[in-house]
Amino acid sequence: MASGDGSQSNAAPELTRRGFLTKGAAAVAGVSAVAAALSPLRHLDPDDVPSIEKFLQAHYKEMITEDKERVLARIRKAVERRHGVTPNVSDPPPLDGVEFVYGLNISRCIGCRKCVHACVQENNQSRAPELQYIRVLEMEKGSIDLETAEHHYDSAQVPNPDKYYMPVQCHQCKEPPCVKVCPVEATWQEPDGITVIDYDWCIGCRYCEAACPYWARRFNFAKSEIPDGALNPDMAYLSNRPRDKGVMEKCTYCLQRTRTGRLPACLEVCPTGSRKFGNVLDPDSEIAYIIKHKRVYVLKEDVGTLPRFFYYFDERGSRYHEPIAPVEQGDAT
Amino acid sequence: MKTYCTFLWDCFRLSFVGDWRYHLWMTVLTTFALVGLYAYAQQLVHGLVTTGMTDQVSWGLYIANFTYLVGLAAAAAMLVIPVYIYRNMHLHDVVIFGELLAVAVILMCLLFVTVDLGRPDRFMHLFWRFNFPMSMLTWDVIALNGYLLLNLHICGYLIYCAYCGRKPSKAFYIPFVFIAIVWAISIHTVTAFLYVGLGGRPFWNSAIIAPRFLASAFAAGPAFIIITLQIVRRFSRHVVSDDALLTLRHIVQVAMIINMFLLACEVFTEFYTDSAHVASAHYLYLGLHGHNALVPWIWTAIAMNLIATGMLLLPASRSLGLLNAACVLSIVGIWIEKGMGLIVPAFVPTPLGELVEYVPTVHEVLVCLGIWAFGLLVYTIFVRVSVPVLAGEVTYAKRFGRPAGA
Repeated sequence: MASGDGSQSNAAPELTRRGFLTKGAAAVAGVSAVAAALSPLRHLDPDDVPSIEKFLQAHYKEMITEDKERVLARIRKAVERRHGVTPNVSDPPPLDGVEFVYGLNISRCIGCRKCVHACVQENNQSRAPELQYIRVLEMEKGSIDLETAEHHYDSAQVPNPDKYYMPVQCHQCKEPPCVKVCPVEATWQEPDGITVIDYDWCIGCRYCEAACPYWARRFNFAKSEIPDGALNPDMAYLSNRPRDKGVMEKCTYCLQRTRTGRLPACLEVCPTGSRKFGNVLDPDSEIAYIIKHKRVYVLKEDVGTLPRFFYYFDERGSRYHEPIAPVEQGDAT
Repeated sequence: MKTYCTFLWDCFRLSFVGDWRYHLWMTVLTTFALVGLYAYAQQLVHGLVTTGMTDQVSWGLYIANFTYLVGLAAAAAMLVIPVYIYRNMHLHDVVIFGELLAVAVILMCLLFVTVDLGRPDRFMHLFWRFNFPMSMLTWDVIALNGYLLLNLHICGYLIYCAYCGRKPSKAFYIPFVFIAIVWAISIHTVTAFLYVGLGGRPFWNSAIIAPRFLASAFAAGPAFIIITLQIVRRFSRHVVSDDALLTLRHIVQVAMIINMFLLACEVFTEFYTDSAHVASAHYLYLGLHGHNALVPWIWTAIAMNLIATGMLLLPASRSLGLLNAACVLSIVGIWIEKGMGLIVPAFVPTPLGELVEYVPTVHEVLVCLGIWAFGLLVYTIFVRVSVPVLAGEVTYAKRFGRPAGA
């Protein structure tokens, strides 16, 4: 900051030829420097430049039927252009009287990771960079301390007899911290208990990712890559349609399947029957039976999120001895 | 309105006038800002994959700088409180530099949040569906923008009055000054609550974070202003008394002691309890299972803060040389401690116990440098313009030979 320029700048501007040329040159240099700084933008993917239509698209909950039809048609066209497949894009609504709950039998899980890859295929996750909703933890026997879990076990055969396996995915919490923190309501809990994301509304701040105690949310750090022919054409707006870069995504209990009477892809592929899924409000469902009668627990009960994802174990096999007669009072040895 | 436009035009012209040192400084800052813009343009094309962030460590240098700068902005209150509440006249003539700093720094904060967004193009979704009061991020949006407007109004009004040769009307700015004091505390508290409220991140889930934030802000902020005021004094004719600097020294002194005390409380609670809670703190201070990227940083920061505290306690730090050294140490020490030292460890290990370390990329660093350069550029212009205007050297009357509105 130069001293004493105050009065000098006070003088009426003189337009000399030299002054004009210098100022003109400086202005040209400035503009070209800014243009150079912005030059990488010419490589911007046209898909990333929001069209007027996409820019003005309403939040999912504010869309009327015609809006939805238009948006689904736009997605259909975009997928056709990008992947050369005509997809079946739908928006199945939550079913009345249904609350989905997952049960995972840790006595049976062998850690084969078939669920991980079936999920990637079903839900059109990016293959490069690789993005997965399910993380299978190889646990030390005698501990449920997650810090001793092995995330990247790579043995020729599973299960390792000294370990047990605990797959983790979105727990579809009843008190979801991710929903609470989202500044733009881009993620919310549906009446059937599934927490969904409007991928066209998410601003990519990743606050939900920081808030999730189960590390269940994933961010599209780069453009998602799905090889030709690998795209699952049966897709829903709130679940497995292709995602843009810069938005969050997560497990939706395969709502494109489960809301139309099918089972989640991770369950269907499981070779051991460790995965159980259903409507907990239906007292005759298998999942209701499991929760009522099995030894169930939820992960990190202390964080108060009330997960809809239960772990349980079989009574046979986890029992160390045959039943014995109950000890009579005063008869204890 | 016409007067106001002339005012803005004169400010614009003034910002280009200076000696060669001024032009060199501005050219260097502009260059860095443009390089940052270039790196950001690349980030827009390729996505946040150009940064070192991952699903495991999903916030990094951007949010770390953001957090630190919110504190710097809040520290303007440490100039305002002595002047307007305790009637400290030493600081009276320099209080506006604190407020101008707050404006420039909040702009930097907003930029740091923007570059961290995956979809900055959907920014306006904040206006359509604002998850208030549930999401602490929405509180922060209100707190930061409100603080920006308050300080813009106060500074803008005072400088504009000086330009018009009018005496500022108290009713137009004193109430805002008092609101801004409370607001300054709130911006940093709300920013702390952003982290504190997450039950899944034990490292942040501690009530002491907000007080620690304020203590460190009130140390680093006035320290920054001590240095700035000396630069203003050196390169302009604005009078900054030594007493003003020494008053600020008192503030830094006390804030630094409280900051170190709170740090000790935090460290004790974590390590003496030694529960599963301690993993992140262990990673930060001692390393965890062979991962120790942050260990040298945090100990450098602690050493800097301790030395600075020691220096500030000595009467010798009344000499400006030593005071400046102590200030630089606290500014850098707190930047490390509150930036990387607060944000990154909360993500290591992940909630599922995975250990992934975070190292910022060159891209990320360039974007950060660009934003810092831009902030300094804006602040330099503010100071460059406000000094002659407040001194009555550039006024409407001098330009047109008649008072404004006549």
